[in-house]
Amino acid sequence: MAAYRMKQEHLARFIMVLLIILVLASPAMGKMLWRLQNSATLEIHARLPESGGWSLNTITVRSGQPLTLRFTSEDVVHGFAIGKLNLPEIEILPGEFIETTLTFSNPGKYTFYCTRWCGPNHWRMRGVINVIGMSPTPTPEPPPLYLALGIDLDAPHRAESIPRRAADPQHGSGLQNHLPSYALEQDTYLSNSPASLWMRLRAESSLRPLSDDDLWDLVAWIWEQHASAQEIAIGQKLYAQNCAACHGESGKGDGVMIRDLPPPTAEDHVTSHEERTRPPDWSDPHQLLGASPALLAGKIIRGGMGTGMPYWGPIFTSEQIDALVTYLYRFAWNGAPNASTHP
Amino acid sequence: MAPIELTRFSQIYSLLHSRWPQFILRALILAGFMFTILSGLWGSQVGSHNFATIFVWIAWWSALKLFFIPIGGRTWCSICPLPLLGEWLQNRGILRSRDAQCLHGKSWPRAWRNAWIPVVSFLLVGWFGVIILTSPRTTAFVLLGLFVLATLLGLIYERRAFCRYICPVGGFSGLYTRLAPPAIRVSNTTLCTIHIEKTCYNVCPWGQYPLALKTSGNCGLCMECLRACPYQNISLSLRPWGIELSSPPKMRVDEVFLALVMLTTAGVDAAIFLGPWGALKSATYTVGSPGWWIFATAFLLLVLGIVPAFYALTTWIAQRIRKGGLSPKSSFTYYGPILLPLGLMAWIAFTLAFASTKLSYLLPVLSDPLGWGWNLLGLTNHISTGQTPLLSSALQTLILAGGAMIATKTARELSRSLYESIPCSYSLLHLPG
Repeated sequence: MAAYRMKQEHLARFIMVLLIILVLASPAMGKMLWRLQNSATLEIHARLPESGGWSLNTITVRSGQPLTLRFTSEDVVHGFAIGKLNLPEIEILPGEFIETTLTFSNPGKYTFYCTRWCGPNHWRMRGVINVIGMSPTPTPEPPPLYLALGIDLDAPHRAESIPRRAADPQHGSGLQNHLPSYALEQDTYLSNSPASLWMRLRAESSLRPLSDDDLWDLVAWIWEQHASAQEIAIGQKLYAQNCAACHGESGKGDGVMIRDLPPPTAEDHVTSHEERTRPPDWSDPHQLLGASPALLAGKIIRGGMGTGMPYWGPIFTSEQIDALVTYLYRFAWNGAPNASTHP
Repeated sequence: MAPIELTRFSQIYSLLHSRWPQFILRALILAGFMFTILSGLWGSQVGSHNFATIFVWIAWWSALKLFFIPIGGRTWCSICPLPLLGEWLQNRGILRSRDAQCLHGKSWPRAWRNAWIPVVSFLLVGWFGVIILTSPRTTAFVLLGLFVLATLLGLIYERRAFCRYICPVGGFSGLYTRLAPPAIRVSNTTLCTIHIEKTCYNVCPWGQYPLALKTSGNCGLCMECLRACPYQNISLSLRPWGIELSSPPKMRVDEVFLALVMLTTAGVDAAIFLGPWGALKSATYTVGSPGWWIFATAFLLLVLGIVPAFYALTTWIAQRIRKGGLSPKSSFTYYGPILLPLGLMAWIAFTLAFASTKLSYLLPVLSDPLGWGWNLLGLTNHISTGQTPLLSSALQTLILAGGAMIATKTARELSRSLYESIPCSYSLLHLPG
């Protein structure tokens, strides 16, 4: 009887140990099996930057070779896109998996980034895909204009004068014949702030008969000539997706991500205690009417260097940056005293 | 209605008498428990895609509140994996019962032979519940911690000290199981009086003597007594639901407190998980934030202050009106049984609402238990978080109303047995509920 009981006891122990071994080994076995079947797929976990960001920051692939990426999020909703490529972004939902296959025809360095405002440090979620191969490297883009012009992006650029009333580009249109030819050139637009162009025009002896307000109307008209409806639409969309979380929907520097920061101090983005501040209020015309398109584009490309403003150079194409700059000026014109309509 | 003696049927008796069916169930559940811990630690930390959170807090919790406790009493305790290793080490074998060769640990300290530890552990659950319920890793650590604690206590103290005095689930199971039908009883009391070995008591992991069992609260339905009785004198019966309320054994202060904590926590959890208050939800989630401290303080005040004070006051006033002669402490404990149907029904209603919107997570999690993107059953993408259906809302109302009615009836019977007849005071006794 005792021997029979012992046999039963041993059988029970064997079953128990076997079950526990099976249970403990099953995840590892499953994972190995999955890896064997999907060896060509790279799995990338998206996490808040505070928890590590992308689980894979650097990927190397040969040009022309398909790259299969399998994404999942470990916390909140993230998004995946590659800068400067016109590919649809991928939404990465917590706990769910989504795959995409990419093929790069040109060698180069491509930046991928999170497209969702997942947290205050969202913009830090970036990574690089190094595409190597024998195909010819495409002609590099020309250096940004702000470098060619030697613009100091961090120097104060507050407008010395602003319109006393809302500038009226329609009225300016009627005065365009008075303008010197350089005023309509693309280079003049790109390298001058509205305020500096206004001052140049004010100094023109041929324009002396025109009042200050007339000249502001002319400058507003010039700026309007460089802003197509399509560009405004693109800029508006980019701004809403990428900028409004900090700069605010109306450009007042009151976006949801930085509301707890102290207000900006004059031109600086840090307080006397080295604390970051909110971005400037662009509805104050002194801010943007003192900035040239080249300067604004430079700030977008390079970022704020310590202010919390991300660098968008590897993300946006030059057309997208131009569109964004065009859209930004609307905050300034609308912010002029008594402004009621967009220029 | 007379109880139905299940063990009269020879197949049922054999099934319960043999150790193998129970062992197979225990072995499978213990293996599942190990997998749950592994899944919580190693799997996806997205709560809705991890076996640990979904199976523990949705499947198991719902089964416990909707089936095991109200219908099966302590049947879960008879297969619970937490104390198994400790008990097997204590008994020096899996298929063995307590005998002379088993490890005889120390007696549990007399000062702690009460429900205060489950009260405190349930307060902790109230404070950190949202984190525990949504985080797979925390769930795994809680389970692992309880398992290690139960094993250690099994090695140090005799019998199931963990189950009786520590386990938060055991604490409230012991309360509400008094309403459930299953009951272990002695068929012929004379046989027990002549049986001097008392093997049923010696083998009982819960330290119960079946002859003296007045309540099912502390019987773990492990069937050791049934297996040990040489006269086949132990029976398992099904009683009418709630029959123990008609002549309830006296409750202690700590048990009444546990019942009050359970009742209040059901309300608080319903407000957090089912209510429309986002700020409350956020406050409970951000442990350590000012919002959380406000919640924690308010919860403590409500659970340990306002609700017990209101209950104590109403029971005391009610018996004073009729000159019942009970001290505040006695009236506090005397009317304790009315809290049982109220608390159990509140938990059933809450669990019903909670489960009806979350059950759709079960199948996808079976298909991908670790949240690694597997699709074993082809059901990974079938999650649909639904609204509480109208039927579920109506059912909850009925259940809560049913709980209030049973509590009213209990209050009436308790008052009647105390004062012979009271025409108007019992209505006040409904107030604690």
